[in-house]
Amino acid sequence: MRELHTRLGKLFPLGELTEQRTNLAFVSVPQEHLRALLLHLRDREGFTHLVLLTAVDWLEEGQFQLTYLLADRKNARDIGLRVMIPRDGATMQSIHELWPTAATYQRELREMFGIDFPGSPRVEEDFILEGWRDIPPYRRDFDTLKFAVENYSQRPGRETHDPATHMKQQLYPGEN
Amino acid sequence: MKEELKIRVVKGPDGVEFEVEPLRDYYCEAAPTVMPGAYIKIVEDMFNWARSESIWILGFGTGCGAIEMRPLMTPRFDAYRYGVQWRPTPRQANLFVISGYLSTKTLKRAIRAYEQMQSPKYVIGLGSCTINGGMYWDSYNTIKRLDDYLPVDLYIAGCMPRPEALLAGFMDMKKLIRAGRGEGANLYAENFEWYKANQKRVIHDWDMPDYNW
Ligand code: SF4
Repeated sequence: MRELHTRLGKLFPLGELTEQRTNLAFVSVPQEHLRALLLHLRDREGFTHLVLLTAVDWLEEGQFQLTYLLADRKNARDIGLRVMIPRDGATMQSIHELWPTAATYQRELREMFGIDFPGSPRVEEDFILEGWRDIPPYRRDFDTLKFAVENYSQRPGRETHDPATHMKQQLYPGEN
Repeated sequence: MKEELKIRVVKGPDGVEFEVEPLRDYYCEAAPTVMPGAYIKIVEDMFNWARSESIWILGFGTGCGAIEMRPLMTPRFDAYRYGVQWRPTPRQANLFVISGYLSTKTLKRAIRAYEQMQSPKYVIGLGSCTINGGMYWDSYNTIKRLDDYLPVDLYIAGCMPRPEALLAGFMDMKKLIRAGRGEGANLYAENFEWYKANQKRVIHDWDMPDYNW
């Protein structure tokens, strides 16, 4: 992986390599170089399989992190590319011509995070949610509890116990 | 609204063009009606005895609890010995087991399936998710109280309830039916407006007829 990172580093402005395991590493890459890097990895380095495309909401930093995980089947190793994009009016270029499966991930990301992928097939159609009206539910400023209380009728009498305290009382009654 | 539900012009095999309005033409518009009992109690009792002994479950698993229905169809638990069996379509079934959490999206399908079942029909809520939301109590996408949307005859508590609990539930269901208390379909017909209002409050893209019979 190190060796691959050095080799790629000569061609693209890459961030530090985070090695999770010997066969899994992550590296960050600027948005405008992502496409070229993906193509390079796919066609030259044998990372032919897009495992997943997912997002993380860094609310405090005002950014979304997109993670493109690629697999090199022959050498049984994975590399994750991390791209930070601004959270306001989040848009990203679509990669559905590189991997047709990406279109499905992009539909999901648009629905759950509100990240737009212009040109991606059927991206503006409903994916999992039907008739969703609120802000995208995976954004961290979306309050699921508040939403659930406002939208769904509740059965009164629901209690919640802290598991730690509950087990303590069960196992060692009298002590505290 | 979905494409297939929009009004459109269709050309028949005889070359005549005519207009089709799917919501009106393909579905019955009449709301469900209350079915009165038999004219004399002893006959109704006999009906109820017969009903209680033929429970046909709609094989529609909504949440994780559905996994507990499978062992019941195998020799180990063998629900069939109690006269309980699963059917593939709503038209052939009279018991709907809502097996766990219901997302609003599944709720829509569950309502359609329920309304297509023949009366008298019964609903069992399986697992704590159907009772008060269970571990999905703060989820943005699941209903928390099944009886607001469908007339529930019986709840089986647990997360998830074991197959034995389901068997016990079926036995209780039989007792209820036999005692003439399996009146869910009539309850639904009586309070149709109320159920519809509740359903529409959570299903925002209502693109089906109000009654799916
Ligand atoms: S009650 Fe538990 S097992 Fe059943 S659907 Fe809910 S979470 Fe799953």
